[in-house]
Amino acid sequence: MIVKKITLKNEEFARNNRRSFFVAGFASLCAAFGLYSVFVSEQEDGIQSPLRKGFLLNENFWKRFVKSERQNSIVNSPPTGTKARINGDIGLENDIDIEDWNLVYESPFVKKTLTLKDLELIKRTSSQAEFRCIEGWSMPIGYEGVKFYDFLQTIDPQGMSLPYVGLETPEANYYVGIDMQSMLHPQTILADKMNGAALGKEHGEPLRLIIPVKYGIKSLKRVGKIFLTDVRPRDYWAENGYDWYSGH
Amino acid sequence: MAIFYYSDRLMQVDKNKEIVVYKKHSLTIRWTHWINFPLLTIMIISGFMIYWANDVYTPFIDFTFYNKVGLSQKLALGMGIHFVFMWLFALNGVAYTLYLVFSGQWREHIPKLSSFRDALLVTLHDLKLRRHLPAQDKFNGAQKIAYFSIAALGFVQLLTGLAIYKPVQLLQLLSLFGGYENTRFIHFIVTVLFILFFLVHLLQVVRAGWNNFRSMITGTEEITESEIQRAQGIKK
Repeated sequence: MIVKKITLKNEEFARNNRRSFFVAGFASLCAAFGLYSVFVSEQEDGIQSPLRKGFLLNENFWKRFVKSERQNSIVNSPPTGTKARINGDIGLENDIDIEDWNLVYESPFVKKTLTLKDLELIKRTSSQAEFRCIEGWSMPIGYEGVKFYDFLQTIDPQGMSLPYVGLETPEANYYVGIDMQSMLHPQTILADKMNGAALGKEHGEPLRLIIPVKYGIKSLKRVGKIFLTDVRPRDYWAENGYDWYSGH
Repeated sequence: MAIFYYSDRLMQVDKNKEIVVYKKHSLTIRWTHWINFPLLTIMIISGFMIYWANDVYTPFIDFTFYNKVGLSQKLALGMGIHFVFMWLFALNGVAYTLYLVFSGQWREHIPKLSSFRDALLVTLHDLKLRRHLPAQDKFNGAQKIAYFSIAALGFVQLLTGLAIYKPVQLLQLLSLFGGYENTRFIHFIVTVLFILFFLVHLLQVVRAGWNNFRSMITGTEEITESEIQRAQGIKK
């Protein structure tokens, strides 16, 4: 073993050691205090404010590298009729009559109420993706409907210049806020079919959002209202401690 | 810390007696090591808060202890912690690696072919099945393999973590590990390996004694007779 041997007096060795232990003790105290102050700090939308800032810093950092052409791709969509996992019913509490359903649309340029018939006039798109839940599970899905890009192109092309989109269920029990860039992604679709079949009540008939560049919490079921805005729309899970952006 | 301070004072039998020490761990190694300890602990704890929300690996091993230690129902908090401290964990790991590379100390960490045989002999010795230890450098064969693997696994953990954090933007990386669900599984298994490493590491530190442990804080280790014998592979 090649080591640099040093001969020194016992006293000197002890002094050096004491100094190191002092630094170690001081650093440990600083670290403990730092961690303590993070975890006892005030809550901001359901989470400690330094951690909320962490979400925002991460959002601003990762957003720079986002390329819209990158897709959430799977090779094959599941066979027609495959049942998709049911994982949330907030906003679906009361039954609705699909015949009476309509979609409220609001932007600084256009305000209107659309029916299913109005949506039938817009070009249809189908896509497939691995649907990823914030809980950690995922499933392949095939889905079809109207691409949000085509939807805006048809009813409000000017609206694309706004930075945020908000979506709500008819009674506004569930609501999400999403950045425009992600909403214009080619896989972001206002869907009326999943795995080749109608949505059914559990998956938010007659129209839901599927946005596979985000965690599933953003794929709002039973869309009742869509609005474009300059300010960040409120978001159900972001008010409960989760990341507002939640983007992949 | 006060206990260490006084125990050191009590050990000063003769202030002017000359002793031989050697510089075992540099300042950078000590700082990165001790910074890593709380960071990795925080990453593992917050990782289990996240894992709780979809604890699908239970059929393999029953990891439901978080229910008992209060880590359940904390997905949002777990993510909040994980995505802040991942930066510190990664930066510390990169600093450690760069230091090893540029100081040339990486050589002490790379296992040689003989390390695997030595590791077996060291293990047999530690299990009291063999009297003699093989001759060693700064680290013995088992240590070389363990320290190299744990650093490599840290790198794997960084990459698998990134891949499941940004699975669309980092699609190529995700494919490299076999897709979303496989990557999540690897990320989990490596965490288990971290915990196993920690337990063995702790046991070995206790076995090696105070002089060795102190050198991880002070940098210097007193060269004792048994230290010299161990280096030469003479029976302990």
